[in-house]
Amino acid sequence: MSEIFTNSIEKKNKIAPPKISADSFPAGEEKVMTAEDRHSEARIKGEIKIMVENFNFYYGNHQALKSINMEVITNSVVGIIGPSGCGKSTFLRCFNRMNDTINGTRYEGTIEIDRKNIFDKDLDVVDLRRNVGMVFQKSNPFPKSIFDNVAYGMKINGIKDKSKIEQTVERSLRHAALWEEVKDRLNKSAFALSGGQQQRLCIARALAVEPQVLLLDEPASALDPIATAKIEELIHELKKDYTIIIVTHNMQQAARVSDYTAFFMLGELYEYDLTTKIFTNPTRKTTEDYVTGRFG
Amino acid sequence: MSETLTIKRELEIPKPRGLSSSARDKLIHAFFFLNGMLSVIALIGIFGLLVYTAVPAFQEINLWRFLTGAEWNPTSYYEAQYGIVPMLVSTMMVTFGALLIAIPLGIGTAAYLSDVAGPRTREIIKPVIEILAGIPSVVVGFLGIVLVGPLIAKLFGTSNGLNAINGSILLGVMALPTIISISEDALNSVPKTYDQASLALGATRWQTVIRVKIPAAMSGIIAACMLGMGRAIGETMTVLMATGCAPAMPEGFLESVRTLTSSIAIELGEVAYNTTHYYALFALGLVLFVITFLINLTSDIVLHRYEKVNR
Ligand SMILES: Nc1ncnc2c1ncn2[C@@H]1O[C@H](COP(=O)(O)OP(=O)(O)O)[C@@H](O)[C@H]1O
Ligand SMILES: [Mg+2]
Repeated sequence: MSEIFTNSIEKKNKIAPPKISADSFPAGEEKVMTAEDRHSEARIKGEIKIMVENFNFYYGNHQALKSINMEVITNSVVGIIGPSGCGKSTFLRCFNRMNDTINGTRYEGTIEIDRKNIFDKDLDVVDLRRNVGMVFQKSNPFPKSIFDNVAYGMKINGIKDKSKIEQTVERSLRHAALWEEVKDRLNKSAFALSGGQQQRLCIARALAVEPQVLLLDEPASALDPIATAKIEELIHELKKDYTIIIVTHNMQQAARVSDYTAFFMLGELYEYDLTTKIFTNPTRKTTEDYVTGRFG
Repeated sequence: MSETLTIKRELEIPKPRGLSSSARDKLIHAFFFLNGMLSVIALIGIFGLLVYTAVPAFQEINLWRFLTGAEWNPTSYYEAQYGIVPMLVSTMMVTFGALLIAIPLGIGTAAYLSDVAGPRTREIIKPVIEILAGIPSVVVGFLGIVLVGPLIAKLFGTSNGLNAINGSILLGVMALPTIISISEDALNSVPKTYDQASLALGATRWQTVIRVKIPAAMSGIIAACMLGMGRAIGETMTVLMATGCAPAMPEGFLESVRTLTSSIAIELGEVAYNTTHYYALFALGLVLFVITFLINLTSDIVLHRYEKVNR
């Protein structure tokens, strides 16, 4: 399902040649598929990866997220946009429960990943975080070698098999489109890499633990345009295998990389729809004002 | 605006007799400069005095035999012996024994405090450690005699428990607060982004602190251990009370030992003034001074490099 939509975006941006798969719908039908249709379809096929229901989040007394309801289809890219301070990062950190590390936070409601509530008492947060990888706004490689950065996740999971670690490191670096640039200096410090390379290294590090969901919090905000383009290209590649939620401050970026866009305002999910819809014909006036740059 | 304010304030303050404000500034500057210099002067003074008082010893003692001699017996009927090796060995045994206990315990506690303990646990443990640092060494030595000693005697079946192990345990406890607090500072100065990255990859807090934070804070932790070592080497009263103080060459950790510091403390009270023995004790002090100075210097260099890397 989402593949068709993907292709339409790709066509629009000339990033990759469209490739029509066997179960594609005729081109004409593409346009009339609404987000609603796609979601019902995905629900029937059991392709809902994430489901957020009546979710509230608080920092002490300050409510940062207000009754969020949202579904994410498997292997789609959801872009989260909105003015700064509206709760985008907070929302993202809910999916891998990184908010647990902040004192005085609390939540209400549920977030289900693969139909399991991630706040369930039986759920091991360590397992959750292996399943839901995260890349931060500012690249944060460890002060270790390139190899050890990528191997870290495997080592903490008790994987000792050297050849398996080496294979996974190579595969992850290839996946993050970094292999060719670093293959000759895997034992050099990660700090010797450029900013864009460091960020791709962080992506490789996240991929090495083989998550299913990838959270990206403004991953390109500190990068130059060329590095940014590389990261965006990479996201296009990755969505074949991962469900991706990406926070971005950059409207063009959201339009380029995401299938769906969620617009947040003051802690509320103000509008959530197909990216094309949000950027061409949003339902609500405020959304339109925001995406056309009337405020930010 | 602000200019008029300062002018007013200056008018209000009565000028000290005849001094212009720039002269006063210079005076204040000189005062603080002197304060800063004072410790340098004290250090040089102590070193100079030690050298001055130690040198006469080597009119009679061969420096090489002093440094390599295996017997220390200045009051011998036949020929006075001035070999410091037994004391060096004793000092090293007690110190390294202490570090063997204090380093793992200290780093573990620091890691626990910085990354694992809740704020309430931390609020209880930190003052306890501060109190530990403040216990007078004579009290620790006393505990060595009445508590640790009998325990060791029972455990190893020795006649008494006043030996190298006893000293190591006590010095280990005494070096702990230094190691804990400086290691904890080093761990806390590791950027939070490292923790975040590690936790987000599914690491537990312990895994994060052991695999990411301790390596990142390594130079600070090494410096902490060096300072703890300096503390252990220089400690006198505790080892004097707890180690039995036999001057012979120690043969194992269950033997009584006599460190450099306890030798000086024991003998300086009884030695005749201005004799070779008297000067030799100052030479011992000089050796101790040089050892601690080298340790502090090394830890300073390590810390410095650490700060540079972190910037
Ligand atoms: N650690 C925190 N403690 C308290 N309040 C926070 C914390 N992090 C974020 N907030 C508050 O939550 C709101 C949403 O923040 P955030 O999710 O960072 O917004 P965004 O990523 O959209 O810029 C803001 O009002 C912010 O002040
Ligand atoms: Mg943010």
